[in-house]
Amino acid sequence: MKALCWRGKKDVGVERVPDPKIINPRDAIIKITTTAICGSDLHLYDGYIPTMQAGDILGHEFMGEVVETGSAVTNLKKGDRVVVPFTMACGGCFFCKKQFYSLCDNSNPKAELAEAVYGYSGSGLFGYSHMLGGFAGGQAEFVRVPFADVGPIKVPAHLSDEQVLFLSDIFPTGYMAAENCAIEPGDTVAVWGCGPVGLFAIKSAFLLGAARVIGIDSVEGRLKKAREVCGAETVNFENVDLLRWLDDRTAGRGPDACIDAVGLEAHGNGIAGFYDRMKTATYMATDRPTALRMAIMACRKGGTVSIPGVYGGLLDKLPMGAAFAKGLTFKMGQTHVHKYLKPLMGRIERGEIDPSFVITHRYNLQDAAKAYKEFSDQKDECVKIVLKP
Amino acid sequence: MASTLLATTVKSAVGTDSSIARAVNWLPQALTNVSSNERWLSLAAGGAIAGLCLTGHAPRLLSTILGTGLIYRGLTGNCPCYQALGVSTSDSTNPQTAITAGHGTRIEHAITVNKPAAEVYKFWRDFENLPRFMTHLIDVETTTDGKSHWVAKGPLGIKVEWDAQIVTDKPNKMIGWKSLDGADVDTAGSVRFNELPDGRGTEVRVELKYDPPAGKLGTAVAKLVGQSPEAQIKADMRRFKQIMEAGEIPSTNGQPHGQR
Ligand SMILES: NC(=O)c1ccc[n+]([C@@H]2O[C@H](COP(=O)([O-])OP(=O)(O)OC[C@H]3O[C@@H](n4cnc5c(N)ncnc54)[C@H](O)[C@@H]3O)[C@@H](O)[C@H]2O)c1
Ligand SMILES: [Zn+2]
Ligand SMILES: [Zn+2]
Repeated sequence: MKALCWRGKKDVGVERVPDPKIINPRDAIIKITTTAICGSDLHLYDGYIPTMQAGDILGHEFMGEVVETGSAVTNLKKGDRVVVPFTMACGGCFFCKKQFYSLCDNSNPKAELAEAVYGYSGSGLFGYSHMLGGFAGGQAEFVRVPFADVGPIKVPAHLSDEQVLFLSDIFPTGYMAAENCAIEPGDTVAVWGCGPVGLFAIKSAFLLGAARVIGIDSVEGRLKKAREVCGAETVNFENVDLLRWLDDRTAGRGPDACIDAVGLEAHGNGIAGFYDRMKTATYMATDRPTALRMAIMACRKGGTVSIPGVYGGLLDKLPMGAAFAKGLTFKMGQTHVHKYLKPLMGRIERGEIDPSFVITHRYNLQDAAKAYKEFSDQKDECVKIVLKP
Repeated sequence: MASTLLATTVKSAVGTDSSIARAVNWLPQALTNVSSNERWLSLAAGGAIAGLCLTGHAPRLLSTILGTGLIYRGLTGNCPCYQALGVSTSDSTNPQTAITAGHGTRIEHAITVNKPAAEVYKFWRDFENLPRFMTHLIDVETTTDGKSHWVAKGPLGIKVEWDAQIVTDKPNKMIGWKSLDGADVDTAGSVRFNELPDGRGTEVRVELKYDPPAGKLGTAVAKLVGQSPEAQIKADMRRFKQIMEAGEIPSTNGQPHGQR
């Protein structure tokens, strides 16, 4: 089959590789019909995530048709159309039972790698480094899906691929980010990053009852989507003194909740931004927490900082004192996708949201390398790219 | 000190086969035995090694892991080298087990399995299940009188065999066993099950001991459980938990990939 392989920093390409086959009884093989590139893939592309190997097949947002099932998979059959969560969950461990699916104890075959760095390992992920399982991803014609009896959700025939594809990751991710804010009526939520995750966080914050949502980015095309499609007030952080601006817009209180939908590759401006770039370039720090710092500083007393943006290692100069003094709550982590599949499929079916609004570009899988470059350049009009095998 | 440590670490990691598996063996267990000054130096050294990997002066994956490991050591105050040298480890033997204190290799490990004790006990009590998660075992055959015949992998393809007998059997609580006279290797083991309140699963604590006899075979058997017995039993017990909770062991063996 054809699959998009990681070769090194800023180097990916479509290669011919063997077709996947069933390895374990709870596996299924899916023929991919639509897949997408995620902001998380950019962290791999840019070489920020350790334990990648040349030849690794990328991709964790995908859907398709079941072509084969392992002996223990009884809920799916050949021909079923399914969306697959990017996190893998066994369904039987302490964490799965608590619905902390992305913290599953039993889905990472290389858990000892993650344990060495993090103490304990989260779940396995598709196409996201060996530390997180080393599983082949879904930017390909076929993919093997472990624990297929608890992960994939069947899609009603009347919904198109593009309407449901983002249940695999970014819709639940934005939704969980908003849910983590414990939004109360009248709340103002500020969202750093108006990429796909940020946009879904904005939509979800409104769905969960926020009165106002403020979208923050520097890419005008994305701010426009946040404003016109998602109904947020927006601000370009390069044009204002952001903390003063937010303080003014909330008349001296600060946003009730702040969402960091940027993660470890935040663009910084001024001295702090320069400092972060120097530190990561010289390996004195691994991540650039510009957006997170701002979110902590801006948040109102007793508020919540919700972090869907990915961090991988060591962060420098985080204002922990401010977080403590203001009694903030932090919520973060990989999304417990399984938990959200049914309720969010329901919202799509009822027409409360049509997730396809984020899509700006469609490519053939064959041209995935070009698509990565375009997404990485973050040109104005490019927000979300889907690939068709 | 830090540089000596660094050199030792680099040597030990680079000197062996540079696969992930090797690096994993080297990766640390948790105990604090590093001073705070050294921690900071480790952080810096970790950064430097991570740097080497991008400039192409060290195998990429390995050095990334190595760098991360040093950063980890700096963060947690845990040095795997010190542990490998036996500094700040203890060799106490729990009196409740079938194992007596003494020479040889003694290992202990505990994990929590999200199942009732009865279920976990039942699976373990059938020793023929053990090779499913203890990868150094080739086969265990049981007879009805509590006796069993074990075949294990030794280094250089040597097969090691012994007969064992159950010496303690407290249903849903504990199983203890030891090898009988005439075994290639004197071995004993015990496993205790402690069901936690409020449906929090069962703590499973296993202790194994191998007492190699003198001579050529003894040397071979000393390595019976692999280079690091602790890493081996940890991996075995993880597989045990995976079988109990998920019904299978997660794997990527044989999956496709592009050009390596
Ligand atoms: N937690 C999860 O399970 C999960 C799932 C998917 C994605 N993610 C993460 O969410 C983050 C966003 O994903 P995405 O697909 O939207 O990525 P993206 O790269 O498309 O979007 C990030 C946006 O942040 C903006 N930005 C950069 N620096 C900023 C700053 N200082 N202030 C405000 N905005 C800034 C960029 O201009 C860009 O529009 C990534 O870190 C991704 O890895 C997490
Ligand atoms: Zn993603
Ligand atoms: Zn699980």
